[in-house]
Amino acid sequence: MYKIKLIPDNTHIPFLKVRMIAFAISALLILGSIGMFFSAGVNKGIDFEGGILIEVGMPKAPDVADMRGKLGDLGLGQVALQTFGSDSDILIRVQRQEGDAKAQEAAVDKVKVQLAKDYGDGVSYRRVEFVGPTVSAELVQTAIEAVGAAVLAMLVYIWLRFEWHYSVGAIMALVHDVILTIGMFAVTRIEFNLASVAAILTIVGYSINDTVVVYDRIRENFRRYKKMDVKVLIDLSINETLSRTTMTSFTTLLALIALYIFGGEVIRGFSTAMIFGIVVGTYSSIFIAAPLLLLFGLSHRSAEDDGFKSAEAESGEKG
Amino acid sequence: MNSFPTWKIIVVALVCAFGVIYTLPNFVSRATLDKLPEWVPSEQINLGLDLQGGSHLLLQVDTKAVVSKMLESMVDATRDNLRESGDNVGYRNLTHDATKVSFTLRNPADADKARERLSSLSTRMSNGQLSAAIHIGDDGEVTITPSEAAIDARISAAVDQSIEIVRRRVDETGVNEPAIQRQGRDRILVQLPGVGDPDRIKRLLGETAQLTFHLVDLNASAAPGARVPPGSKRLPSIHKGGPDYIVKNRVMVSGENLEDAQATFQQGQPVVSIRFDGLGGKQFGRATTDNVGKPFAIVLDDKVVSAPRINEPILSGSAVISGGFDVKGAQDLALLLRAGALPAPLNILEERSVGPDLGADSIAAGKIAGVIGVVAVAVFMVATYGLFGVFADIALAMNIFLIMSVLSVLGATLTLPGIAGIVLTIGMAVDANVLIFERIREEVRVGKSPFNAIQSGFARAFTTIIDANVTTGIAALILFVMGSGPVKGFAVTLFIGIISSMFTAIMLSRMLISFWMERKRPKTLEL
Repeated sequence: MYKIKLIPDNTHIPFLKVRMIAFAISALLILGSIGMFFSAGVNKGIDFEGGILIEVGMPKAPDVADMRGKLGDLGLGQVALQTFGSDSDILIRVQRQEGDAKAQEAAVDKVKVQLAKDYGDGVSYRRVEFVGPTVSAELVQTAIEAVGAAVLAMLVYIWLRFEWHYSVGAIMALVHDVILTIGMFAVTRIEFNLASVAAILTIVGYSINDTVVVYDRIRENFRRYKKMDVKVLIDLSINETLSRTTMTSFTTLLALIALYIFGGEVIRGFSTAMIFGIVVGTYSSIFIAAPLLLLFGLSHRSAEDDGFKSAEAESGEKG
Repeated sequence: MNSFPTWKIIVVALVCAFGVIYTLPNFVSRATLDKLPEWVPSEQINLGLDLQGGSHLLLQVDTKAVVSKMLESMVDATRDNLRESGDNVGYRNLTHDATKVSFTLRNPADADKARERLSSLSTRMSNGQLSAAIHIGDDGEVTITPSEAAIDARISAAVDQSIEIVRRRVDETGVNEPAIQRQGRDRILVQLPGVGDPDRIKRLLGETAQLTFHLVDLNASAAPGARVPPGSKRLPSIHKGGPDYIVKNRVMVSGENLEDAQATFQQGQPVVSIRFDGLGGKQFGRATTDNVGKPFAIVLDDKVVSAPRINEPILSGSAVISGGFDVKGAQDLALLLRAGALPAPLNILEERSVGPDLGADSIAAGKIAGVIGVVAVAVFMVATYGLFGVFADIALAMNIFLIMSVLSVLGATLTLPGIAGIVLTIGMAVDANVLIFERIREEVRVGKSPFNAIQSGFARAFTTIIDANVTTGIAALILFVMGSGPVKGFAVTLFIGIISSMFTAIMLSRMLISFWMERKRPKTLEL
C-alpha cells in the first residue's frame, strides 16, 4: 500500500548551519512587527477600543459608498463600513461616543433610524454590539494579564521539567511567535478582538507543545550519545522529530483551513491568526528554539547536572 | 503487551460507552427527549447566545446614586431624631455631600444630647465595626460619616435588590430562560436567549420606576425662575414641553405599597389601574380624605405623570393613573410598577445581541467546517499510516464523542469560538498518535521486532505526550480563568479536547493495536 510521507526517512538536514540566517530573519521580522505595532498599530475591535458594531443583512446588495456617506453624516464621528461575507451583509463600526453608555445607545438608534429611512423595513439586524469605555479598558487589561500569565506558567513548567537553557529558549521562541502574530495583525488589518487573544493564547500553547517535543528529544539524545558533538546532536534531534513536527502541523492546518474556508465570516479572523501562528510556531521550534540552546551553551556537562529531572524519562528507555 | 490488561479494557469500554451514550441526545429533538423515560440521558449541549441568537447585557448599578440615597435618608433620620416633640435640638445647615452628612448645632452645649439622639445612626454591624462615625466638634460642627463597610453593605443590598427587580421585569416580558447574575461588585449580567432586538427590555431596565404621590404646593408659583419654598421641590412634567410642577417633598404614598398594576382603558384612553396593599390603601385613603379638592401629583422617577384633582376620598385602595399614554406606554408602566422600583438607576456597559439568522448561519458553518476538517484529517492519517491511521481515526472519532458528551453532561455552553476549539482539537488530537507512530517507525527502522517496536514506541512517546499536552493545557486553563464569555467556551472545548485526546491515544489506540497484534501476529510492521 502506498503511503504519503511528508518527510522522507532518515533526513540529515543541517539546520544549525543556517541558524544565523534564521536568527537574522527572525530578528528582522520581530523588529518589523514591533515597528508596525507602534506605528500603524493593530486594528482594534470594539472589545478593546469601545464603540459600536452593527452587522446588518440588507434586502439586496446596497451601494456601500452611498451608505457610508449617509451614516457618516450623522455626526457620530468615524463610521467604517465593510461587506462581511456577502455583498448584502454589511458590518458598520461606529467609533466610541463621548459620554456614557446612553450616548452609545443613542448612536445605535440614530443608525437604525437612518437605515430604516433609506432602506425600509427589509433591514435585518444580525448583530448589535456596543462596548463602553470602562469595559473595554478592563478587557485590554485582562487580555494582557492572560497572555503574560500563560507565558509565565509555561516558563515555570519547562524550567521544572527541563533545565534553564530549555526554559529560556522555549520562552524566547514563544515570544517570537506572539510578536510575529501581533505583527501579522498590524499588517493585515484583521480586526484585533477577544477572539484574537484566544488565538494568540492557543498559538502560545501550540508553539510550546512543538518546541517541547524537539527539546524532549534533545534531552534524550544527550543521555544516549554521551560523546556526540552538541551541534550534531541538536541537528540529529531536529531531524528525528521532523516527521512528527510536520505531520502535526499539517493535520492541524488541515482542520484550520477547513475552518477558514467553511467556518463563516465571524470566525475568519481567528482562523487566519491560527494558521499564521501554526506556521510560525513550527518554524520557530525548528529554526529558533533548538539552535538557541547552542547559543546558551548547553553542553553534555550541563545536561548531566539535570540528572534528577530526567529520571522519569529514563524509565521510558526500558522497552 | 500481548495481553492488554482486562481492567484497562473495561475502563476504555466504559469511557467510550459514556462518550457515545451522552452524545446521542444531541441528535434527537428536545420534544422526543422529553417523552423518553427518566433514566435515558437527555442532556444536550447548551448553545451560547452567539449561536442561538440572543442578547447579552452588562449592567452597572449606579453606586453613586445608592450612596447619595443612603446619605439622604441619614439626613432625614437626623432631622427626625433631633426634632423630638417638646425637646428640639436646634441645628442649621443640615446637608450632605458625597461622603458625609453635616450640620451645625445652634447651641454647642447640646453636643451630648445630640450624640445620644444620633446614636441610632451608628450601629454595630455584624463585623463589629460601627456603621458610621459621628464627630461633634467644640464649635458645634457635626459630621456623620458612614463607614466603608456600611457603604459596601448598602451597595451590595442594592445590587441584590436590583437583580431581583431586573429578574421580575425580564420575566414579565416573557423571555424564555433568561440568565441574570451578579458580576463583580456592582454589575449585573443579563443574558436573554432568543432576543435579537432587546430595545424594549433595555428601555424597561433603563427606568428606575419609583412611583410616589405628592401634594402640589398651591402656595408656590410654577413659573420658570420662581422661588421654590422650603419643603417643596420643582419637578418637570413627564411629557415633553409640559409645565413644571412645584410639589411638596413629603411622600404621601409610594409605589412600594402597590399590590398590582394593570393597563386598562378609561373612556377609550389607555390608563394604568393600580391597587394598593393594606398599608398603602390606608395611606392613600387618608391623604385623599384630608385633601379633597386639591391636586395630587403622581410622580414617576422625579417626573410628574399627571396631577389630577381629588374629587372625593378614595377608600377602596384602588386608583387610576391617566396621563396621555399610548397602549404600549400604559402596558410598560404597569409592568414596571408590578415588578417594583429599582433602588438605583442601571447603566448599560456592554451589549451584544445576535439575531437568530446569524446564530443559525454560524452553527451551519461550524458543522460544515467540522465535518470537512475531520474527513480531511482522517483521510490524511490513513494515507500516511495505513492501518495505523485507521486506529488513529477511530480514536479521533471517539475523541469527538467524548468532547460532545462531556460538554453535554457538564451543561457547558458551546459558543462559536468553542466550535473553533473543537475543530482545532481535531487537528491537534491526532498529535499524540502521530508522536507514538513516528516513534514506532523509528524503532522499526533500528531493527526492532514489531512487538518490541510498538512496546517501546508507546513507552517513549509517553513522556513527550505528557509534556506537550500539559503546556497546551496550561494555556487553556488560563484562558478559562481569565477569559470572558465566548473565549471561556473556547477554553472549555480546548481543555476537554486535550484530556480526551491523551486518553484516546494512550489507552484506546493502544488497545486497538494490541488486539490487532494478537490476532495477526505480524512479522513486519507496515507503518
